[in-house]
Amino acid sequence: MSVQPRSGRLSTMAAALVIARRDFTAILFSRSFFFFLLGPLFPMLVGGLAGGIGQRVQEKAVRPELGIAMAPADLAAMTAAYERLAPQLGLLPVVVKVAEVEPGQAFDARAALSDKRLNLAAVVTGTLDQPVLTGSQDLIERWQGPVGLVAAEARQSAPSTFPKVTLAPITSQTTADQTRSRLVTAQLGQTVLFLLTMLLAGMVLSNLVEEKGNKIIEVLAAAIPMDAVFLGKLFAMLAVSWVGITVWGMMGTAVWLVSGHSLQDYPAPAVGWTAFLGLGVLYFSMGYLLLGSLFLAIGSMASTVREVQTLSMPVTMLQLLNFFFASYAMAQPGSVVELAAATIPFSSPFTMLARAAQDPRLWPHALALAWQVVCVALCVRAGANLFRKRVMKSGPARGTGKGGLLKRAFAR
Amino acid sequence: MGSSAATAPDKVNLAIEARGLIKRFDGFTAVDGVDLSVPEGAIYGILGPNGAGKTTTLRMLLGIIDPDEGVRRVLGHDRPHEVAHTIGYLPEERGLYPSMKAYEAIAFMGALRGLPLAEGRRRGKELLEAHGLGYAIDRQIRQLSKGMAQQVQLLGTLVHEPRLVVFDEPFSGLDALNQGKLERMIRGLAEKGTTVIFSTHVIAHAERLCDEVAIIAGGKVPFAGPVDVARDRIRPQVRLETRAQDGPWRAALPAEARHEGSFWYFSLPGSGIEPLLRALIEGEAGVLSLSIERAGLHDAFVAIAGEAAARALEASPDEETAR
Repeated sequence: MSVQPRSGRLSTMAAALVIARRDFTAILFSRSFFFFLLGPLFPMLVGGLAGGIGQRVQEKAVRPELGIAMAPADLAAMTAAYERLAPQLGLLPVVVKVAEVEPGQAFDARAALSDKRLNLAAVVTGTLDQPVLTGSQDLIERWQGPVGLVAAEARQSAPSTFPKVTLAPITSQTTADQTRSRLVTAQLGQTVLFLLTMLLAGMVLSNLVEEKGNKIIEVLAAAIPMDAVFLGKLFAMLAVSWVGITVWGMMGTAVWLVSGHSLQDYPAPAVGWTAFLGLGVLYFSMGYLLLGSLFLAIGSMASTVREVQTLSMPVTMLQLLNFFFASYAMAQPGSVVELAAATIPFSSPFTMLARAAQDPRLWPHALALAWQVVCVALCVRAGANLFRKRVMKSGPARGTGKGGLLKRAFAR
Repeated sequence: MGSSAATAPDKVNLAIEARGLIKRFDGFTAVDGVDLSVPEGAIYGILGPNGAGKTTTLRMLLGIIDPDEGVRRVLGHDRPHEVAHTIGYLPEERGLYPSMKAYEAIAFMGALRGLPLAEGRRRGKELLEAHGLGYAIDRQIRQLSKGMAQQVQLLGTLVHEPRLVVFDEPFSGLDALNQGKLERMIRGLAEKGTTVIFSTHVIAHAERLCDEVAIIAGGKVPFAGPVDVARDRIRPQVRLETRAQDGPWRAALPAEARHEGSFWYFSLPGSGIEPLLRALIEGEAGVLSLSIERAGLHDAFVAIAGEAAARALEASPDEETAR
């Protein structure tokens, strides 16, 4: 056998990359990864279909119709007046003829409104001189004016001409509009970040169970520091997540663009879209590594997949609390609450992404990212130490019964 | 047996030096003050009954876990991971990634020890060919038998040409043919100057292979040193056959002598065999056969480990029961 090249000492990062490369390729070329990629596409597809159908249904349902049930002459006059005024009034409901009512004949407006075959929101009865508007209180209050105007036009008592109003639309938002719209962007960013982090970081929980099951963990632990094992696994899962996000993102973007949307349709974040998306990538990575290191440490204590499943619920709940905290802090920019949410490692990525939507300054992000990197390093180190102290024992297993996991984690 | 190793630790280079290693798990002392000195280039056996603390000791030496007390130096370094690229380790519980191909598994184990992946792949294929496993190069680990997978892991342990190789119970799970093959491999490593440490509870392997041994019992090391010295801890065993069944010569036999069939068995008295021979001749015992056999390592192990276990039981009955 050739003696060159010889092996050399690996740095922690180089060792982590050996683990990351193995895990990444093993996951990427596994059959289950295909289903992992397909997984979120099904809800997206179903959601898209349901949304499209729902939108059509809603469009049909929410388009209010004003029924007219009057004497034939009045009916014709009202309809004609409506046609004339509609271009200028704009906000008028759709008018439909419900019935031609002979003079003296009664018409049951309430029955017409309850008729499932019709889509009436209100009904006008009576005469041009005394129109009666039947419907829900708030609606008839809003339509009272337009209906009166149409009736006046119908009996030709309205002004023959209306002055032309010149429109002067504004392109820039008011400060209030901007604050409100950026809050929407911040909320959207936080929610997407939370969903992606929770969806993907959960995979890390069961990561070391495989190694323990295959008895490989001791080979790894003897060759490289446990920190490197943890880091490598986190990097691999992060890379796998990015592959998933890229695939889903590309498909989602394609559908989004095809349906005629663009980023311009949405309120721009304070730092701009490019920086916002870039920060989103960084905060996702930090959030993933932070939560992942916690999941990995806890998951490494588990001996079986069942234990991992049991663990995932409280951890998810805790992270949900962090998300709520970050959401609460988002509405109070510059407050102590926001500072606390930005400092607590597990809520920091969400809080800072929301801040990027609301505040144009970039230096707080550099600070937050540096802090988050430190927290990731601490979490990885703590998890690795815990693993080495509590899990790498030989001899008969202890504390595997009820409460065994907690015993393993905290026993001295 | 390999070449005799020097016994004075201060005059030889030590591959491993450990002083006062202690490891406790949940209040249970698994290893209790272990001292070891493993000379470079030696084949060193760590012997002990199941649960004696062998694996925990090896894990501390390799840096997998840290001792609660005591110091260790591996190839001149206090932190074993600093020299991990010169160490090979085969744990007792074997394991490989089932989806990996055999040569990739070897390359991966080399990469963990700092060997470039491409070189590891090349060497992996060469090693598999050289050890009669060429047909398995492209097979996934899950497609191999347990014994074959064990051999693949063994090759992975050696692919980066380590200076120090640590095997934890390497013979368990191997058939007789492969045990012989592994013994030859261990000797071959020692001939190339590699230090080999292995733990076992099967003493015959250690007796055939080791220059020095450490006997671990109850988390302590009641003996560490050359195999010959261990054997000399037990007095040679005498087997005597006489024509006469009784006579005044019987008074010359040691008190613990036992009679089985036509033979007497006893340990050689401290005064030697000469006074006994004289008494036998003068007493007309009619000596038909007399053999004096040096104690085997197995006998030495049983005696040393047994004494240690008895002492430990006396000192701390609860802990010893738990062990």
